[in-house]
Amino acid sequence: MTRLGDLERAVMDVLWDRSPAGGLTVREVAEALEERDLAYTTVMTVLDRLAGKDMVEREREGRAWRYRPAATREAYVAQLMLDALDLAGEVEPDGRSRRSLRRDAALVRFARSVTGTEAEVLRAALADEARDRQG
Amino acid sequence: MVYAAHFIATILACYLTARILTHPGWPGQAWAWQSPRAAIVCWQAVGLAIGLSAIGLPLSLGLASYDVPTGTALRRFVTDLFGGALPATVGPGQLVLIALGATIAALLLGATTRSVLSTVRAQRRHRDLLALVARDDPAAPGALVLDHPSAAAYCLPGVRPQVVVSAGTLRLLDGAELAAVLSHERAHADERHDLVLLPFTALCRALPWARWVHTAYERVALLVEMRADDRARRLHADGPLAAALLRFATAPARVTPAGALGIATPPRCRAAASDGALGIADTHLDARVQRLLAPGRPPRLRVAAALGMAALLVSLPISLFLG
Repeated sequence: MTRLGDLERAVMDVLWDRSPAGGLTVREVAEALEERDLAYTTVMTVLDRLAGKDMVEREREGRAWRYRPAATREAYVAQLMLDALDLAGEVEPDGRSRRSLRRDAALVRFARSVTGTEAEVLRAALADEARDRQG
Repeated sequence: MVYAAHFIATILACYLTARILTHPGWPGQAWAWQSPRAAIVCWQAVGLAIGLSAIGLPLSLGLASYDVPTGTALRRFVTDLFGGALPATVGPGQLVLIALGATIAALLLGATTRSVLSTVRAQRRHRDLLALVARDDPAAPGALVLDHPSAAAYCLPGVRPQVVVSAGTLRLLDGAELAAVLSHERAHADERHDLVLLPFTALCRALPWARWVHTAYERVALLVEMRADDRARRLHADGPLAAALLRFATAPARVTPAGALGIATPPRCRAAASDGALGIADTHLDARVQRLLAPGRPPRLRVAAALGMAALLVSLPISLFLG
């Protein structure tokens, strides 16, 4: 993994594990990663990149930005699993299947073993997550 | 007209080849499964030849009056068109046919481009997420592990391919089975099976209503899996791979890790049988396991014949365009 990728992960871990509801400032993230001895601007760059990838959300508070993870770690794992099990986008929000349209082979899978229930649960996890964010 | 006849002959030959490769009960399917690599080459030839012929047929009809191979005729037509002096034999009917050929070419190219772009976007997002949440595990050397109780094993293809397995897979399989599965996934990555499937995903995009396109896609997807199975069985015994497939097929759904997903009780069951795609996956699994349990050597003569057929299919339309 690249150094930048490694840093992105470390920063996300801080946001996930220590973030209060309001999020963390760049300085707070840098302090949490004290043992890495990172420059303030480095942490800011990493957070910028993560915001660019929609992995974190930010909110202005006075003169500083507060950063929050855009979704929980579990939600990202669930997203990856939906991809892995070829279920992502299988059903439109209105329940219409669009499997026939979704044929792009982004991943090559060993075998599909998922049952209907499993798909439901994964989707429900993502829906809950979205509701929690809004509420 | 003779050139149009060439294109029609190519389309018929493609249809016949596809028919031989897919018709249940004919020896073609058994042969394809014995020698998936040659069958994949055949399918690539069929896909390319059909696409070129679909473009070439209306073009050759519209350009028939030039009485030269379609490629040369097209170049002369373009020169005439921009020179402002179209021959009298090219009337409105011919112009419509030529425009039709150009439209088909644009549609196929557009579908391929969109397919590539959306695939690349999905892969980039997937890679970004993996970098944040997947971990290395000594139990699965060379692969990333996703902490999720369901069984999944896949390859994220690309210039830097990445094999990923879920924690559920690590629990489900023993050491030999896991090694076989990892080899299988690495074979996908090494042979760029994503690119093998790309023309067919593009065709599905261009002609979403055409059932035969989806059938072709399913066939090639199955052959790609069989090819990867073959690569894995070269390094490991047949037994572990077949066992891993069966375990995947019958893996119980475990999707609620200790409160992580925040779900107290799973939602109501929906009849899994109603999902047609799962049915396809099931028959695929069955075919792959049967094949691993009863191995046969591909007959060399038939492989050579198939490769010859593939070369012929592709060279017909290409020679007309280059001629």
